[in-house]
Amino acid sequence: MSQPPPFTLHVSEDTESDNQELSPDNEGALHTSFRQLIQEQSSLAEAGTELELQERGRGHPAHLAPPDASASAWLEPGQGEQHPGDSTTLRILASMPSRTIGRSRGAIISQYYNRTARLRRRSSRPSLQQLSRAARPSLRQYDLETDPARATLEDKRSLLAKELLSLSPSQRSHMLLSVPLSLAEKRALRRELNEQRSPLGLRAHHAAAPSPCGWSKDYIALGCRHLWYRLLALLPAAQPWHYALKQIGGRFGSSVLSYFLFLKTLLMFNVFSFLILLVFVVALQAAYPPAKANQQSFTGFELLTGAGYFTHSLLYYGYYGNITLNDPSASSLSGSVAAPAAPPLPYNMPLAYLFTVGVSFFATCILLVYSMYHSFGESYRVGSSAGDLAIKVFCAWDFKVIQRRSVKLQCENICTQLKELLAERRSRSCPLSLCQRLGRVAVLLLAWVLSLSTVLGCVVAVHYFSEHMHAVQQEHRALAGSSWQREGILLVLPLTVSLLNTLMPHLYNLLATWERQDSPEVEVYMAICRNLLLKMVVLGLLCYQWLSRRVICSDEECWETCVGQDLYRFMVMDFVFTLLDTIFGELVWRLISEKRLKSKQRPEFDIARNVLELIYGQTLTWLGVLFAPLLPAVQVLKLLLLFYIKKTSLMQNCQAPSKPWQASRMRTVFITLLCFPSFLGAAVFISYTIWSVKPSETCGPFQGLETIYKSVNVWAKLLEKSSPNITWLTWLHQYLVENTFFLFFLSGVLLAVTYFNIQVVRGQQRIICLLKEQIANEGEDKIFLIHKLHSICKQKERCA
Amino acid sequence: MELHGRYHEMAPNVVPMDYTKDPDVKLPMQLIINMPELKENPFKERIVESFSEDGEGSLSFNDFVDMFSVLSEMAPRELKAIYAFKIYDFNTDNFICKADLEKTLNKLTREELTAEEITLVCEKVIEEADMDGDGKLGFADFENMISKAPDFLSFSFMFHI
Repeated sequence: MSQPPPFTLHVSEDTESDNQELSPDNEGALHTSFRQLIQEQSSLAEAGTELELQERGRGHPAHLAPPDASASAWLEPGQGEQHPGDSTTLRILASMPSRTIGRSRGAIISQYYNRTARLRRRSSRPSLQQLSRAARPSLRQYDLETDPARATLEDKRSLLAKELLSLSPSQRSHMLLSVPLSLAEKRALRRELNEQRSPLGLRAHHAAAPSPCGWSKDYIALGCRHLWYRLLALLPAAQPWHYALKQIGGRFGSSVLSYFLFLKTLLMFNVFSFLILLVFVVALQAAYPPAKANQQSFTGFELLTGAGYFTHSLLYYGYYGNITLNDPSASSLSGSVAAPAAPPLPYNMPLAYLFTVGVSFFATCILLVYSMYHSFGESYRVGSSAGDLAIKVFCAWDFKVIQRRSVKLQCENICTQLKELLAERRSRSCPLSLCQRLGRVAVLLLAWVLSLSTVLGCVVAVHYFSEHMHAVQQEHRALAGSSWQREGILLVLPLTVSLLNTLMPHLYNLLATWERQDSPEVEVYMAICRNLLLKMVVLGLLCYQWLSRRVICSDEECWETCVGQDLYRFMVMDFVFTLLDTIFGELVWRLISEKRLKSKQRPEFDIARNVLELIYGQTLTWLGVLFAPLLPAVQVLKLLLLFYIKKTSLMQNCQAPSKPWQASRMRTVFITLLCFPSFLGAAVFISYTIWSVKPSETCGPFQGLETIYKSVNVWAKLLEKSSPNITWLTWLHQYLVENTFFLFFLSGVLLAVTYFNIQVVRGQQRIICLLKEQIANEGEDKIFLIHKLHSICKQKERCA
Repeated sequence: MELHGRYHEMAPNVVPMDYTKDPDVKLPMQLIINMPELKENPFKERIVESFSEDGEGSLSFNDFVDMFSVLSEMAPRELKAIYAFKIYDFNTDNFICKADLEKTLNKLTREELTAEEITLVCEKVIEEADMDGDGKLGFADFENMISKAPDFLSFSFMFHI
């Protein structure tokens, strides 16, 4: 093998120009530069240290009383600091970098100079040709000619400006935003940047070796952001309910505010789906109404039952035709004499209906997953969950709250939470005996058995009740009773289900108070679980009954319209009961507690229950989109009314919740609950309906087909026949969509990605542990060095 | 300029409407802590002191804008963490020591906790958050601890204008 290349190490002994030879292997240079740095900093911070010495003198009595042994190592220099003779040590300590964060402008600027220099190095690697000999070659490439610690304030600022120029625009703006300097300083920096931009811009351009896409992407992103901010400032309508939300946040804090923000998000989702459906399906069918006119007249009762006049209207599936609107062949068949002014554009209604529903679901899915990802990224933190007492002390105060009564309440809440945490720590140190633990487990099991059995009971009750109502309905039809009675009967099942949904959460609250969990968060999560289970199981039963058509809508011709009507009735009843619950649960309770009980205690705003009601309403909308395309519009109206009603009731009747809820984690929980049981269930239901259920023979856009999905097959065959060049489309359709192998492959890829992410997170946790150990070691090193410094200074004084 | 309007209405005789000549006007702390956003906040004096250039608590218009920009929704998290640290550091020695913690607790709970509980809480907080073992919280310790409660910087540490 070849010999290793000759390697000579030229280490300069010249200590004056130690700026360029800053290699850690060169111990002598390191020591001298440290000494010079100390002298430099001490002369610069002379005035600051006088102030510091005075403050330390003032702050000393508090420092003198540490009782625990862990601080004994610190006691020695602490006691030594009392003597004014140790001013050298104090001066040195006062100018340590960790003490100058945010203090002197010079320190901030040099700190940010280092940060931007590091950023610049990361973005552009130096070329290997510029290697010159040194012990640590990687250090040589970088611009270490200027040492910011030595420069004056003006030089430091211009250095920082120079470094900022060489960054990309987005990094530059981010760096400028996060510098903790005053506004005047930032303006001065920006002025310097603008001055230096023209001559240095080109140099930076060459030096950075940019990718043109990267730079233009940054400019576009910046430009968009500027435009958006200007829009927000100009249009108050772009931020609906801004003042109302501010009022709520100011009085009740972030956790109650998150409910209203969730409501706003749901409103946006519904407006979006409604617009898509309006443009592609509803408006066109409205422009070409079907032949037979609506025989029934409008009475007010329709708003409640959704039947009557609404049955043959745009609201339901049955209204939409299965023909191609504006078909040129059809018009030629009818033999119109007048030639059309423009060539007519045919519009295939069944395909449009199916694809629009599919696209709106797909788009909602993407939006949901994106917001889940976004909020999860904000709220999830890799690392241990210990340290809640510290977090409670520093992070519990909500600065948004500005009303005196709410502030007082917040103080009390924090006090209670701190006492609870201390009690928990005390109880953790003395664990429960076996008997007590067994008792606790037994209580827990019993509570869960009770709640599961109530769920089962409710489901069975709903099943038998619906069969009974169906029988009653058939009787009435046979007897030909009045239409009022007939339609009134239709309302009974939704009424019962909504009643159950309203009463059972109160029962679960009672169960929870009996259980008496240790942690209030666990209590809230368990309440959510139970309520969610009840609602989803009841909805599951109803979906089964709708699709099997054995009970509900069994003797209707147009069963899809019937199912749509049922869903409409459920939505309206849900709204009515929410209203009643607000009135009785909040208004009446407050009146009673004020007048009768004479207490100042107002009812609390139960966030979990209200959010679950919102999710339930949204699930109903998603289940019904296929059968009633205008249902998102109904939901939009409902949400608008609900916002104002809930806000008024909140302001008049409620007080903030005393249980601790973290706003960002709540947002994640809400969006996850919306995505997983709710949206997924609705998507499964719709997919099953599209793929396997036979549509009715005489009404709707899919009359006469085997399943709704067959319309796509029909269309694909039509395309194949019309133009033989696009056989790849049918091939795609046959092998990718119909074949299950592709779906299995996709799920396999998804699982692999999830596993990969889990491993990455585990690796990060391990690194965090290692870094924590390193920090502890550095801390010990620092204390050791301070000791040594102190003893050296003492020795010098003794010798002197 | 809504902020200029707010600044002006606190002392209409002193604050000029025209800021193009950059006048040197500072409002004292007493006026500023009467603003509705700050009035009931237990940390109002510390907030105003951390943003004032002279450390006494009087804010010029630039400082005023600084305060609202840091305590707004759009400020970056690192900046907010730096100022949150400054606010909790009562004796401005760049460390949150036990005395600072005691003062914070007293302000948070309006002195409802007993002295023994306060000492216990302070000890436990330092035990939990101090990583380099010097008995007080430096900025790195504080930032690490705050990052475990991400919604504080994003949701709670702000004024809604």
